[in-house]
Amino acid sequence: MNQYKLNNLRELEAESIHIIREVAAEFENPVMLYSIGKDSSVMVRLAEKAFHPGKVPFPLMHIDSKWKFREMTAFRDRYAKENNWDLIVHYNKKGFEEGVGPFTHGSKVHTDIMKTQALLEGLTKYGFDAAFGGARRDEEKSRAKERVFSFRDRYHQWDPKNQRPELWNIYNARVHKGESIRVFPLSNWTELDIWQYIRLEEIPIVPLYFAKERPIVEWSNALILVDDERMPKELADTAKMRKVRFRTLGCYPLTGAVESEADTVEKIVEEMMTVTKSERTTRVIDFDQEASMEQKKREGYF
Amino acid sequence: MDIKEFLDQDQKKDLLRLLTAGSVDDGKSTLIGRLLFDSKKLYEDHLAALERDSKREGHAGGEIDYALLLDGLKAEREQGITIDVAYRYFSTNKRKFIIADTPGHEQYTRNMITGGSTANLAILLVDARHGVITQTKRHTFLVSLLGIKHVVVAINKMDLVDYSKEVYDKIVEDYKSFVTSLGIPDINFIPLSALKGDNVVDLSERMPWYHGTSMLEFLETVHVTSDKNFEDLRYPVQYVIRPDLKYRGFAGRMASGILRKGDEVMVLPSRQKAFVKSIDTYNGELAYAFPPQSVTVALDREIDVSRGEMLVPPNNIPRIERHFEAMLVWMDEKPMDPYTQFYIKQTTNNTKARIDKLRFKIDVNTLEKSQADHFELNEIGRVVMTTVKPLFFDPYKKNHNTGSFVLIDPITHNTVAVGMILDKVSGDHYSRLTLHDSQKIVKGESLISEKERQKRYNQKGSTLWITGLHGSGKNELAYSLEKRLFEMGATVVLLDGKSVRSGLSRELDFSPADRAEHLRRVAHICKLLNDQGVITICSFVSPDENTRTQVAEIIGENRFKLIHLDADIEFAKKNDKYGLYKMAENAELKHMPGIDDRYEEPQSADITIKAEDDGKNVEGILEKLAEWKIFPRE
Repeated sequence: MNQYKLNNLRELEAESIHIIREVAAEFENPVMLYSIGKDSSVMVRLAEKAFHPGKVPFPLMHIDSKWKFREMTAFRDRYAKENNWDLIVHYNKKGFEEGVGPFTHGSKVHTDIMKTQALLEGLTKYGFDAAFGGARRDEEKSRAKERVFSFRDRYHQWDPKNQRPELWNIYNARVHKGESIRVFPLSNWTELDIWQYIRLEEIPIVPLYFAKERPIVEWSNALILVDDERMPKELADTAKMRKVRFRTLGCYPLTGAVESEADTVEKIVEEMMTVTKSERTTRVIDFDQEASMEQKKREGYF
Repeated sequence: MDIKEFLDQDQKKDLLRLLTAGSVDDGKSTLIGRLLFDSKKLYEDHLAALERDSKREGHAGGEIDYALLLDGLKAEREQGITIDVAYRYFSTNKRKFIIADTPGHEQYTRNMITGGSTANLAILLVDARHGVITQTKRHTFLVSLLGIKHVVVAINKMDLVDYSKEVYDKIVEDYKSFVTSLGIPDINFIPLSALKGDNVVDLSERMPWYHGTSMLEFLETVHVTSDKNFEDLRYPVQYVIRPDLKYRGFAGRMASGILRKGDEVMVLPSRQKAFVKSIDTYNGELAYAFPPQSVTVALDREIDVSRGEMLVPPNNIPRIERHFEAMLVWMDEKPMDPYTQFYIKQTTNNTKARIDKLRFKIDVNTLEKSQADHFELNEIGRVVMTTVKPLFFDPYKKNHNTGSFVLIDPITHNTVAVGMILDKVSGDHYSRLTLHDSQKIVKGESLISEKERQKRYNQKGSTLWITGLHGSGKNELAYSLEKRLFEMGATVVLLDGKSVRSGLSRELDFSPADRAEHLRRVAHICKLLNDQGVITICSFVSPDENTRTQVAEIIGENRFKLIHLDADIEFAKKNDKYGLYKMAENAELKHMPGIDDRYEEPQSADITIKAEDDGKNVEGILEKLAEWKIFPRE
């Protein structure tokens, strides 16, 4: 029976493609949220696969906090263009004009205004009734219980105690006007699966994931890249060249680098499997408060 | 071997989905915590050993509270219990595992059903000190309901019973004595101590009498691929891909069976046939596809296929029915309102459904059945259902993907119930009137008795039902019979397709579902007329044995006589005044029995007449009527 057996990655792939197609078939106006991270890159490839040889029938939306690494933005624009995606870039105009940023307002206010509020604004503006996100259940504890189709009320809020039962591969896509579903096609993927798949499928990812000599400062107990001139000068002046890479990507002042020699996917996996720190701990926002991610999710953040 | 080879090997591993059930006190979280923690160490060891220059420090020693590794939501922590299904992931170099971790409390049956629906295997925790308890039986029943084929009974806390073989043997024996009736094919027992690590990853020296494998080794080696249905091809179409005018691909996920390039397939419900031109994926064409692959299928000719339709082999089709029986689990806080018309989703099909009848509900603790007129949260029972559109399904037992469905509340849009189809409705309940509707109707009582009517009309109100292919000469026979009976003084009414479809059934088409509804109406007219003492003669193709049986039940078996006008298809074609066969052969007409739909020969006709020889001879029938005391001969 071996000829009728799928390996782990191909089974995950088949499941994700099925989920993505269900959304395209049953919702009127879906969107794929694109964070430019490695998980997003995998999700985007799965969408391309799901509708091959046709075009993906929904757009990508990137919520730009205006504090992303410059390499991310460049990668985003190039990828969307080369792969013929409709790309929406949305940012919180008011917050941007008022100069909200992590150096001046702290991570909590910045994340709330430039990420959570911006996301809700973007979803409302275009009237999306379904939004794909690249979250995985293994990356963070509160996500372990979230459904693949995660219902949000008209205020975009998640109620962990009142989730729709989800059985077999049958997804309930019914929502009233104003309500929506967040869809997580990568729910069952682990970090190792993601890297294995990137390797297998040769999926392009932002170069920041690979170790390289970069100008680094120490700030808030993290190694922060000097990415642009908005970093306070006295801080930027402390920069030293260090060989680092990023395990996750977000706003540059809030995303800590790790010292590393891993400059290939293989070496990253090797490093990942022999270092025991969990992946998200390099993100500054998680330390804000106890169970902060769950709180943010209830408020509408992914 | 270097990291590249390690990864090359690693990506070949497969995936096992498992369900764990047990209460907080059984040590379930500790077991899962240990599997997660120890397997990670093992995995790293494996890699490190290959590299021979491990930078890793030694294994973490000391007291670890494995259960703490699993903490999740705030609310759960506050309550100190797991509140919902949580998914955990771990890997060894042989397999990746997804654990659906579900609580064992009675009020949360719903969560276990949710977590178990995709599981290949279930681990049931039993506390060695308490043995098989009600909860164990409940979990086992739910596992059998979900059709999970492999069960591991983890007899935990062996350290607290001095690793006693006697205790273990007793629990195994107790468990076996009640599980046999539930039909779970593969059951295994492992004595362990999650806390101390006995028999979890490594075999324990403290239980030398145990000759099986450790939990992890068992999970790594249990064979589950053949649990899938590779026999019956079912390909529910999910999405139609049309990048340009040249290509039309039907995207979907293989529900069961094998689909090969070049295979002939039939599209349901249209029953049009085509050959598979290609099976396409982003990574190139495939020679064949199997479950659970997601692919895109192109056919060799232009056929209109849309989402919700299904590709099947022409010689092996699923049930196509609007009526079926199912086991239903009620998942909503709000109790079932039996008058609701729900949304139903099954494969990629969306339609509406109502629950016609609750046969019984079942107590998950005692497995006792009882009457019910509705279900509450976590209740399970057997129901009869009717859908607006026909569903293409197989019994859940045979095919999980085509035999499962969810019900969605039309107002709240919550998923309120989930179901596992048993099969189409067995003969005795064919009515789209629900039990409740019929209870509300009070039947008036006539002042004239059946005997009085029989005496007045000198006949017994009965139905003579003529079935046969279109063109077999049913109408000619029916009209001759009507005329002869009328001349002899009988009170008789003739019903045929034309007369009923022109008015009473005018909104119905010739699909199997509408044909059944049409005949249901005819049957009720016959019943009313027969009650009044009138003889009815019915001339209908009525190609389906099941429908004919149901018609007989509505009318009353003792006054229903089936006459089969048996005609050869060539004879019928020659005799076809309206050219219907020609149209069907040119695909201008669908659902023509004998062409693109079946005609099922009656298994037990009261009279069979060869159309070619004796199609218009009514004398034989009259003799029988006298014999049956329906109408006397002169």
